[in-house]
Amino acid sequence: METPVARAQGDRPAIEVRNLTKTYASQDGPIVALTDLSFAVAHTEFVTIVGHSGCGKSTLLRIISGLLPASSGVVLVRGQAVGAPLSDVGMVFQRPVLLKWRTILDNVMLPVEMLHLPRGPGAERAHDLLKLAGLIEFRHHYPAQLSGGMQQRAAICRALVHDPSLLLMDEPFGALDLMTREEMNFELLRIWSDRRKTTLLVTHSISEAVLLADRVIVMTSRPGMVADIMDVSLPRPRIPETKLDPRFAECVQAIGRKIGLLYM
Amino acid sequence: MTIVSVLATVAAWEILIWLFHIPGFLLPAPSAVLVEAVSRYPLYLYNSWVTFYETVLGFLLAAAIGVFLAVIIVYSRVIRNMIYPQIVALQIVPKVAIAPLLLIWAGYGLTSKVLLALLIAFFPIVVNMVTGLIAIEEELLDLCRILHSGRWQEFTKVRLPNALPYLFSSLKVASTLAVIGAVIGEFVGGNAGLGYLIIIANTEMNTRMSFVSLVCLSLLGFLLYGIVVAAERVFMPWEKWQSAQASVA
Repeated sequence: METPVARAQGDRPAIEVRNLTKTYASQDGPIVALTDLSFAVAHTEFVTIVGHSGCGKSTLLRIISGLLPASSGVVLVRGQAVGAPLSDVGMVFQRPVLLKWRTILDNVMLPVEMLHLPRGPGAERAHDLLKLAGLIEFRHHYPAQLSGGMQQRAAICRALVHDPSLLLMDEPFGALDLMTREEMNFELLRIWSDRRKTTLLVTHSISEAVLLADRVIVMTSRPGMVADIMDVSLPRPRIPETKLDPRFAECVQAIGRKIGLLYM
Repeated sequence: MTIVSVLATVAAWEILIWLFHIPGFLLPAPSAVLVEAVSRYPLYLYNSWVTFYETVLGFLLAAAIGVFLAVIIVYSRVIRNMIYPQIVALQIVPKVAIAPLLLIWAGYGLTSKVLLALLIAFFPIVVNMVTGLIAIEEELLDLCRILHSGRWQEFTKVRLPNALPYLFSSLKVASTLAVIGAVIGEFVGGNAGLGYLIIIANTEMNTRMSFVSLVCLSLLGFLLYGIVVAAERVFMPWEKWQSAQASVA
């Protein structure tokens, strides 16, 4: 088991967002995607962001990762302002986007190669991650030989191989069928509890958001803003029985009302 | 199965000729074609080699130039705007019409045939290669930016491998086009090659010679296509796993 790398963390949050606004220019005038967002994420905290499609949650994630610039406001990751894409980030998208011409192992090693990290330790971490994700027998297979869920697990390994301080996930299980999705939730929790990274996960499934997170950021759309940030006081480790806990249903209901779902 | 059906066709052809007493200059029997081929095989071997040489040279040049152009089109907006319209314009002009002109410029020898093969074959290569270099999932490009890949790594590790299937499919098309280009060149003004033989055979009403030349041309085309397919298997070993999905009928 990997010992966490010692970092001078102090009391600073891992992610700090202050008055974040994002506006796009369009033919019909400026579109405000995000309005005056403010929140913070502590180290090794698992935070989910939930909201309707179009509420800007993916935009928010891309701004935090540095892929997209903010229009105004402050975004700090580990105390540093985010200006360009961050390499200290592991990112998982809705599609696994593995390189189909590489084996699973070579895919997981991609960040090590691109960032010119030492190959030996990198390969060791890759093997450990693949073992953790239950993919070690498939390491010489090509992505096309794996199911969607397995490919996404490989994508998660790839996101962790360079030992980033931050894990950003944009609807990572959205393309999977419901059963695989549920399995993957617990897979993710298992992998996460082995090496606790500060994690920000975007989802449109309220029950997924509650199951995985320490806190849930609830967003409303048009314009995209934070409606509320709710604590999830369920004990860890989260197990399938957690869903039977009355607090789980309460949390899901409360979030549903916040989003404005009519049947909650 | 294919071999059986080919043999059956040949047998049927032979029988029909004999049955209806079709004159030899109109449609030769397979047996006559075979006799012609065997008895004068040095002639066909030599001319096949000439056409093969022209075709392969034109094809390889088309591939090299096509790939090179595609890369600079993708990476330089200035060059893209300058040359892409010209490439398209060149494509619209029928090469058959250019052939006589090329003959005047490049002479009756090898060069004009190679040039013609090159001109016909390179366009699909450029177009497909450009598509292959830019048809990348956005998330993958995002990943490259996050991992600080830089343009070179992004090119060698993502864009280039992604373009290979597109390239090879265009190479298959280009291989058949290169043959056509070489033959047209020989038709319009050559002194060697299978196209030249076909012209001679025409003037002499020697249909048997035409047929043997045609068969040689087909074999040549098959050979070139087969080489591309073999190269595809070498350069893209992962493709066999992809096609398993494609055949879910």
